[in-house]
Amino acid sequence: MSCEPWQCSEIAATKKANPIQKPEVAVAMIKKAARPILIVGSNATERWMEGKQLIDYIIDFAKASKVPVVATAHMVGEFLKRGYEPAAFMSAMDIGNRLVDPSWQGLDGKGHPDLALFVGLPYYMEALILCGLKHFAPDFRTITLDNLYHAHASWSFPNATLEDWANNLKVMTQKFEGGQ
Amino acid sequence: MTSKNVHMKIGEMKTSTGLVKNLELSIGKIVDDSWTEPMGPTPMPSISTLRDWDMKLLNKYKPFYMPDCDLCCLCTFGKCDLTAGKRGACGLDIAAQSSRIVLIAASIGAATHTAHARHMVDHLIEKYGRNFPLDVGGLNIKVEAPVTRLVTGIRPENLGDLDEVLEYCETQITHCLSAAHTGQEGSNLDFESKAFHAGRIDQVGMEVADIAQVSALDFPKADPEAPLIEMGIGTVDTSKPVIMCIGHNVVPSVGIIDYMKESKLDGKMEVVGLCCTAFDNTRYYDRAKIVGPISWQLRFVRGGFADVVVLDEQCIRTDIFNEAERVRAPVIAASEKNCMGFKNRTNDPADEIVADLVSGKATGVLILDPEKVGEVAVKVAKQIAPIRKKYRVLPTIEEIIALAKTCRQCNLCQRSCPQDLQIPAALKAAAEGNLAPLTDLYESCIGCGRCEEACPVKLQIHSYIVKAGEKFMIEETNFCRSGRGAVQDVEIRNVGSPIVLGEIPGILAVVGCSNYPKGGKDVYDICREFASRRYIVVTSGCSAMSAGSYKNSEGKTLYEEFPGGFEAGGVLNVGSCVANSHIAGAAIKVANIFAKRNLRGNYEEIADYIHNRLGAVGLAWGAYSQKAASIAAGFWSLGVPVLVGPHGSKYRRMLLGRADKPENWEVYDARTGDKVNVGPAPEHLFQTVETPQEAMVQIAKLCIRPNDTWKGRSIKLSHYIDLHKRHYGCMPQDLHLFVRTMADVPMTMKDEVTKILEAKGWKETVIPDPTLLPRMIRKKKE
Repeated sequence: MSCEPWQCSEIAATKKANPIQKPEVAVAMIKKAARPILIVGSNATERWMEGKQLIDYIIDFAKASKVPVVATAHMVGEFLKRGYEPAAFMSAMDIGNRLVDPSWQGLDGKGHPDLALFVGLPYYMEALILCGLKHFAPDFRTITLDNLYHAHASWSFPNATLEDWANNLKVMTQKFEGGQ
Repeated sequence: MTSKNVHMKIGEMKTSTGLVKNLELSIGKIVDDSWTEPMGPTPMPSISTLRDWDMKLLNKYKPFYMPDCDLCCLCTFGKCDLTAGKRGACGLDIAAQSSRIVLIAASIGAATHTAHARHMVDHLIEKYGRNFPLDVGGLNIKVEAPVTRLVTGIRPENLGDLDEVLEYCETQITHCLSAAHTGQEGSNLDFESKAFHAGRIDQVGMEVADIAQVSALDFPKADPEAPLIEMGIGTVDTSKPVIMCIGHNVVPSVGIIDYMKESKLDGKMEVVGLCCTAFDNTRYYDRAKIVGPISWQLRFVRGGFADVVVLDEQCIRTDIFNEAERVRAPVIAASEKNCMGFKNRTNDPADEIVADLVSGKATGVLILDPEKVGEVAVKVAKQIAPIRKKYRVLPTIEEIIALAKTCRQCNLCQRSCPQDLQIPAALKAAAEGNLAPLTDLYESCIGCGRCEEACPVKLQIHSYIVKAGEKFMIEETNFCRSGRGAVQDVEIRNVGSPIVLGEIPGILAVVGCSNYPKGGKDVYDICREFASRRYIVVTSGCSAMSAGSYKNSEGKTLYEEFPGGFEAGGVLNVGSCVANSHIAGAAIKVANIFAKRNLRGNYEEIADYIHNRLGAVGLAWGAYSQKAASIAAGFWSLGVPVLVGPHGSKYRRMLLGRADKPENWEVYDARTGDKVNVGPAPEHLFQTVETPQEAMVQIAKLCIRPNDTWKGRSIKLSHYIDLHKRHYGCMPQDLHLFVRTMADVPMTMKDEVTKILEAKGWKETVIPDPTLLPRMIRKKKE
C-alpha cells in the first residue's frame, strides 16, 4: 500500500500524515480522544464495497464507536433514510471553519473536539480542508478513514483496495463493539 | 463627457491688447460634464479608498484558508515552508500567502478582462472613431454603464470615453498586482481587500468590453427575445467546410463572418465556436453555432469536425495546435496574447498564407489583422475541406478493445483525473469487449486529457471516451439563447419592488466555466429548479451553454421553456464572460432606478444597499479560472454571495459567516440608529458546496436578506424549507435565525416551524431598515 497522495498532482506536504498500517492503530487513537467527531462527505453513497455502500459501513462504525457524526452536503437525508440520526449536519466548509476556531465549543457546546475523523468527501476537498486544519489548528488531530492517502492529515490510511478498505472499517467497528 | 489631449498652436495672433507669436497650448483634458447627478464620495477609488467597506465585509465573513501548498516559491529566498505558523524569509505567514494567491488570481482575471476590453475598444475606435455613440439598449436603457458610473463616476457616451475608463482600470490593476510583490503587503486582510478591489476593477473592465462590442457590432441590445441559437456538435453540418473559433474575443470572428458574407459563402460553410467566442459570434451572426463549453475542445478537434481552427484569446488549450495538426486542420492564432510560436504572417499577402496552410507547408500562422484572418480562414476552409475530408483521430471500437488490453491497471489515469473517474475499471471492461463503462464516463469527463499524459503506455484514453460516447456527441442538438446583453431599465422598474421586498424570492446568476464534478446536467437541473420556483435565473458563459444542453419531457431546452426577460421565472443569458458585468449592473440598477440611490462614485452606499436588500446569489458550479476568481471578487465587494462547486475549493479560501455567533449579524436600523440582529442573512460570501443538492438548499437560504418584508421572508423560507426537506430529508434547524415575527412563517408550514422555534427559544425581533454604514442612519442616537 502506497503513502503517496492519491491524486498525482496533489503536492506532497512538508509535514506528511503518519500512515496507519493497521486499523487497530486508528481505533486506539480514537479511543484515546476525549471528544472525537466523524465528518462524512457525499461520496458516502458513491462508494460501494462488497455490495454495500460506504455510508452503511460508517453507520455501523458510528453506532459501535459512538463517535458523533457530522454529515456534510445532503448526506443527512441519506443517514435519516437509513434510520440513523447524525449529531449534526452542515457544509464541509462550515465544519472546517469551526474546527480552526479554538473558541468553538463543539457540536454539543461542551468543548472543542480534540480529533476529527474524515471520510467520503471528494478527495481534493478533503485534502484542502485537512490542509487548512494542519496550518491553522496545528495542535488539532485529524485522521482519514478513506482508502486514499491524505498527506495533510495527521494520520491517514495508505492507498488501499476496496477490499482492504471494507476490511479496515469492519475491523474498526468490531473493535468498538462489545463495549470496548 | 471629456475630451482629451487638446493641442493648440498659434503662429501669430494680433489682438486689441497685443501680439501673440508662437503660442503652443496643450490641455490634457477638457471636462464637458452634462451629467447632473452629484459626484459621490469615491470616484475612481484607489486600492485603499474602499478599504473600510471591504473590512466590514471581511469582519463579517472571515477568510477560511485551505492553502493546498505548504510552501511559498515566489522568490529566490525560498522555497519557504510556511507550515502551521512558520513565517517565510520575507516574513509572510501562510494566511497572508494564501490571500496573496487570491489577490494574484483576481488581478490576473481583472487584467485579462481589461486587456480584452482594451483590445476591443482600440480596435473599434480605429474602425468607427472615438465619437461612435454607445448604445446598449436604445430607449430602453438610460443607465447604460451602471458599473462604470458607480466605480469611476464617469458616464461614458461614446467609444472614446471608454478609453479613459480603461486607463483608470489599467492603473489600478498594476497597483493591485504590485502589492503581491515580495516585501509589500503583509496583512492577509489587506491582501483580501485588494483582491476585492481587483474584482471591482474587473467588473468595470468587463462592462467596457461588452458595451463597446454591443454598441459597435450591433449585438442584441438588452433583448429578452435574443435569437435562439443552434447548439451542440450534432447541429454542425459537417458536409460543409467548418471554421472553429475558440476563445473570448470576437474581433477575428467578425473578420471571418464579414468576409464569408461578402464572398456570398454564408450558408455554404459553418462558423462554430467554443467557449465565449461562440456566444459573441452568435450575437453578431445568428447563424453561427455553438459547439459547447471550453471542455469540449479536444473532442471536437479530435473528432475531425473542424477544418480550420482560429484562436483568439483566453481559455484556449495551449496545445490545441498539436491537436489540430494531428487532424490536419490548420491553425490561425489571431491574438498578440497567444502567438503559439507561429510565424507572424500579418503583412504577407493573404493568398500566400492560404497556399501555405492548404499545402501543409505551414501548420499554423499568426495573423494580427482581423480582416486578413477572415479572408485566410474562409479561403483555407473552403480549399482544405475537400482535402481533409474531416480527417479524425478517434480510434475504432476494435482498436479501443485491442489497445485497452495493453493497460497495466496502474491507476495513474484515475489518480490524474480531476474527477477521479474510474478509468482503469472502464479500460478493463473495454479490453473484455464491454465499452459501456467507458461510455458512462463521457458525461463526466471534462476533457482535460490529464489521463493521457499520465498513462505510461500512452493510451489515448480521452479519445476512447469520446469514441465510446460518440452517439451522445453527435446527437447533441440543443438551443441556447444568444446573449441578450444588459437588463432594461423598464425590466428593473417592474421587478425592483418585488425583489427588494422579497416577493420574487431571488436572483440566481449561474455563471462561469465548465469544470463540473459530474457534467453539465447539474447546471440545467439547478437552473430549472429555480426558474420553476419563479426566481430570476441569469446565465452567462459556459454555464449558459450547459443550461441549454438538456431538454425537458416535452423536448424543450431551458431557453425554450422559460421566457428570456428579467422577470420572475425568466431564464436570461446575458452572454459571454464580459457580459457578467450586466448581472452586477442589474443589481446596481435596482438601487438606482427603483430605490433612487445615486450611483455616481457612490460605491459603498450601493454595495450596502445590495448586500442588505437584494436577494441575489451567484453560482459558479464549474469555476476554474482566474477570471472566475476576479468575477467572484467583484460580487463579494458588492456584498453578493457566491457559491462554487466542489472544484472551487481549490481557490483555497472561503469567506464564511458564523451563524452560531450572533454578534456577527448586527446591522444598524437606518431609521433609529439602533443595532438590530438580523441573523445570518446572507450567511456566507464565498462558499464551496459539494453536491447539487447542497447547492440548491444553499441558494434558497442565501437569498434571504435583512430587508425582506414579512411576506417576502415567508416566500423565501417556504422555498428554503421545501428544498431542505426534499434534499436533506428533514426540516432546517436554523429557522429561528431567520424568523423575525410569526408573520415570517409560511402559513402551510406553521406547525412544523413553530416546534423548532419553541425548541430553540426563539424571540421576536424587528425588521430594520438595514445598513452597515453609520453615515446612512437618518436619526442619530443621543
